[in-house]
Amino acid sequence: MIKRKLVLSFPENIVTKPITYKLVKEFNLEFNILRAEITPNMEGKMLIELRGDKAQIDQAIEYLTDTGVSVQEAAKDIIIDKNQCVDCGICTSLCITQALTLDHKSFKLKFNKDECILCELCLDCCPVSAIKVHI
Amino acid sequence: MAKTIEEINEKIKSRKVVVLNAEEIIDYVKEKGIKKAAKEVDVVTTATFGPMCSSGAFINFGHPDPPIKMTKVWLNDVPAYTGIAAVDVYIGAAELSETEGMNYGGAYVIEDLILGKPVKLRATAYGTDCYPRREIETYITRDTINQAYLFNPRNAYQNYAVATNSSNRTIYTYMGKLLPNFGNATYCSAGQLSPLLNDPYYRTIGIGTRIFFGGSQGYVSWYGTQHNPGKERLPNGTPCGPAGSLALIGNLKEMSPQYLKACTFHLYGVTIFMGIGIPIPVIDEEMVEFVKIKDEDIYTEIFDYSVQRRNKPSYGKVNYKQLRSGKIKINGKFVQTGSISSYSRALEISNTLKKEIENGKFYLTASVAPLPLEEKYSSLDILSKEEL
Repeated sequence: MIKRKLVLSFPENIVTKPITYKLVKEFNLEFNILRAEITPNMEGKMLIELRGDKAQIDQAIEYLTDTGVSVQEAAKDIIIDKNQCVDCGICTSLCITQALTLDHKSFKLKFNKDECILCELCLDCCPVSAIKVHI
Repeated sequence: MAKTIEEINEKIKSRKVVVLNAEEIIDYVKEKGIKKAAKEVDVVTTATFGPMCSSGAFINFGHPDPPIKMTKVWLNDVPAYTGIAAVDVYIGAAELSETEGMNYGGAYVIEDLILGKPVKLRATAYGTDCYPRREIETYITRDTINQAYLFNPRNAYQNYAVATNSSNRTIYTYMGKLLPNFGNATYCSAGQLSPLLNDPYYRTIGIGTRIFFGGSQGYVSWYGTQHNPGKERLPNGTPCGPAGSLALIGNLKEMSPQYLKACTFHLYGVTIFMGIGIPIPVIDEEMVEFVKIKDEDIYTEIFDYSVQRRNKPSYGKVNYKQLRSGKIKINGKFVQTGSISSYSRALEISNTLKKEIENGKFYLTASVAPLPLEEKYSSLDILSKEEL
């Protein structure tokens, strides 16, 4: 049993397909949709956490890719540039899941990628541009 | 038993000085008591590292041949003020680039100079008999210019407000990004480490006090603009919002990028993180009472920054222990908090200053004149000459 967090991007032509249903039915995966949105030009984007057998997750990703869904590893997406960061902590006030916190002893910024749901609220808050999205 | 600055400096000279930072003194006093602390501790180091817009640098470029009396000046396309002598300018930290807008500004020019990077100087002039040149374009660095010193009209504010947003849209302020419907709250003070909160009535910090300033040894040159010592205070002396402030001066060429950093608040503008450390001589027991202050004893007020007026609605008071816990209650609902000034950098500065004093590299000064304890705090009203 493993856990993976993925960003799925759906092009317009498949946005109406019941893809997450297939993930349960065909690959026996548990999923948790952390964020989902459909842009005005009908592209869909979803942040999803999958839980299940490693082989079945790999097969599911293969299925998604074949269907036309682009799959990205989510945890790699937000990057904290430690050389720029001054550990002020302004970003921690915007982080709903508390993936960004200040350490109680050192008061230095900690980023727990597993908690990040890629809401991107923190992106334009950093005064020293230490928070970046890695695509 | 009162201690003099001279006695403390003698102890620094003989390496017998006892220095604690403003965090360490709290537990020390709790354990050993006021009397013992006053006897045994000589200096308490305080510090802060936060964005301070009211900052900038005076620079003298030296004279070109033929000479010029500059009337408009740009440094990396950021305008500098030159309504003073021929090749003297003042570049304000908050000035924006004319080509890059909020992505670059005066603070970045100051940082680039400190880093030793080349900076493009462009100037125009009307030309005179003594200063015939009408334009110049060249490059300068920290090492090619004559004097370059930061002169910051308002730094190290004695406490500051908490900002939140009751409206239904995200707002971008000098207190950072504020999410709608009380989505977060931001604050900006080093609290128990902050210089003027450890000397609330300015008993030791005054005009002429030597300080740690962006990595250099600088001085308090005057009381800061908007200095407002009359702000409501708690019995422990600390004000419940912005009160006193300091005007500071120091040599840019001796500063370090670790203790000063240019920054941009999205859709607000450019400003500069200033790192400041101030030693407080433990002259008597009364001083121990002040420096033992801790986050839970210092209060500030929550204001609604979505109200675009001088006076904003208040949502009550909180202390810095609550703020630093990561959440406070506003209208009975938990709201996540975040600091704009860096406590970790402030702590680092208080320890750096502590080491400098212990190693005999930093001596204390008595102030030349005190900061005022009474000062008018005016607002700007729109008046005709007759209404004045």
